[in-house]
Amino acid sequence: MPRKISLVCVSGTHEKLQMAAMFASVAAASGDDVSVFLSMNAVLPFVKGRGEALDEGPFGALLGTKGVPPYRDLFQMAAEIGGARIQPCSMALDLIKAEAGDLDPMLGPPTGLTKFLSDAEGAQVFTF
Amino acid sequence: MSATKVIDARNTFCPGPLMELITHMRLAHVGDVVELLSTDSGSATDIPEWTKKVGHEMLGIEQQGDTWHLKVRKAK
Repeated sequence: MPRKISLVCVSGTHEKLQMAAMFASVAAASGDDVSVFLSMNAVLPFVKGRGEALDEGPFGALLGTKGVPPYRDLFQMAAEIGGARIQPCSMALDLIKAEAGDLDPMLGPPTGLTKFLSDAEGAQVFTF
Repeated sequence: MSATKVIDARNTFCPGPLMELITHMRLAHVGDVVELLSTDSGSATDIPEWTKKVGHEMLGIEQQGDTWHLKVRKAK
């Protein structure tokens, strides 16, 4: 039976986005029902002109090593192969005044907390 | 007719080898065998676990030097 897994990403660091993307891709590819909620600094790398994820420590730089799958590719695979829903937080997008055209195409529609919590009912929740 | 395809995922890091395998399994026909080459030691446990979970058949796991050879048959 598929597990229901919700990932809440609030950090914009490379390390935490990488870990979340690894969870998302492996779980989605294994048939689990995966949703990812991107808020606070975690949404910024997915908005045009808002920069890339920042390295928090030594591992951040190591993640740029050849052969390490980039977090963006892993989220994309989670969505394409496993049907993962990558949902940006509507509040965060409002605060930075992001328009729909500014968002990475892999993202689903902006989502509020009430909707996310409703969708996440009964799920294993991981926070990054 | 079934076929065997070798996927060279050496020198990629977790979950790269698994993602390579999944990509090729999607393109394979039922009965085809995919042999994955990986230098990621986690593949030795992760690939059998994924194979079991999604219902394919693990045919063999063998380490030659620093390379793992993992053979999977597409079962559905």
